[in-house]
Amino acid sequence: MRGNAEAHELIAPGSLDAALDLLAGAPGQWTPIAGGTELMVAHAAGRLNAKRLISLWGIPDLRFIETTAENIVIGACATFHDLRDSSAVAADFPLLAKAASWIGSIANQSRATVGGNLVNGSPAADSSPALLVYDAEIELVSVRGKRRVVYTQFHTGYKRTVLEKDELVYAIHLPRRFAQHRQYLRKVGTRRAMAISKVALAATALVREESVCEIRVAAASLAAFPARLYRTEESLIGHVLTPEIIQIARRALLAEVVPIDDIRSTAEYRKSVAANLLEEFLVSLKTGGPQQ
Amino acid sequence: MSVARQAIEFFVNGETRNVHVPPMKRLLDVLREDLYLTGSKEGCGEGECGSCSVRMNGELVNSCLVPVLQAKGACIQTVEGLACDGELHPLQQAFLHCGGAQCGICTPGMLMAAAQLLANNPRPTMAEIREGLAGNLCRCTGFKRIFDSVLSAAAQNELPMASETHAR
Repeated sequence: MRGNAEAHELIAPGSLDAALDLLAGAPGQWTPIAGGTELMVAHAAGRLNAKRLISLWGIPDLRFIETTAENIVIGACATFHDLRDSSAVAADFPLLAKAASWIGSIANQSRATVGGNLVNGSPAADSSPALLVYDAEIELVSVRGKRRVVYTQFHTGYKRTVLEKDELVYAIHLPRRFAQHRQYLRKVGTRRAMAISKVALAATALVREESVCEIRVAAASLAAFPARLYRTEESLIGHVLTPEIIQIARRALLAEVVPIDDIRSTAEYRKSVAANLLEEFLVSLKTGGPQQ
Repeated sequence: MSVARQAIEFFVNGETRNVHVPPMKRLLDVLREDLYLTGSKEGCGEGECGSCSVRMNGELVNSCLVPVLQAKGACIQTVEGLACDGELHPLQQAFLHCGGAQCGICTPGMLMAAAQLLANNPRPTMAEIREGLAGNLCRCTGFKRIFDSVLSAAAQNELPMASETHAR
């Protein structure tokens, strides 16, 4: 433990309203902490810059999963255990349930929250590719009220988001319209548990009469933040999945992604694997086996 | 800046405990330094090795990643709380019998992860044991005997179906 516990203030306001009042009273001075699986690592290493922290753990207004006719709404402080445990998530958003089961370990899943995963903004965030291909919307809250942004516009740069200094992520809205879509998620890392992904790719697609009607492809660890691969999608829309079209889609992906070399992998390896994952999904669409 | 200490009450191994500590102090450090429960170990300090695993309100957590303020009012079970009335827990007996402990540093965390697994799933398959313990690293690499120990302890549990029938 290289950090100093006495150098950091931590308060637990106990309610969402009280937390928002604190944030509004001193914008930018407070750092929210939920399950602590990111910030406590920095704390132990002595590199936690935040001096004043607000605990969001145990605020019931932020930890819920609600199902309506059209949507599932997931509170920002729902843990990955909660997501894994939810029959509603498993039924309508199996890729998200699968991503939740991969995150860290059981002990991490019981503490790490989906809102924390988004706000932390890691390029490798495990829940992000699934949320992107399910057209997630993020609901933000402050004393000024609530607003919604589509998830594709939430990340603005490496570890940067549209969150204002007085705002929290309140919930994630997922439209229940993917039951007929073929779905795919694969993470490539050093090992199954704990590893941060070298590459992760998610996709949902509707295929009618062998032609791609709708497709969404999203990736983690291939750019500064998790993102949809729009040009790859465009290369496939309206096409029958011939070997030639699959090659065109591979080339579109390779031209679109901008991975880096880092301690976990190389840009070249990430590109090759990402193209292979895309091909794996597209070939599965041709052969009819639903992949999840 | 030095932050004021706070009085925090929680329940550890069935006993009410009160500590007076900085709220950002890690639960692991409070257990070890303030309550002298040194069974929970610090390995990586990053939530990756599981040596500090304890059960909190029925869930497995890495105590190195829990600020103690977030444990206020919680029910916590550490490895010291597994044995009951001087009798080892069946998991501890199985680890002894099957050679599930070598150097011992990972053992408390392995036991707590295994206790968590068996609490939710009394008769896990080997695949489920591997997943349940995937966040716990053994630097002696004694994984096979650890998994065998859990399997052996679980074998003493009645099958869920059988216990249901029995309850009726």
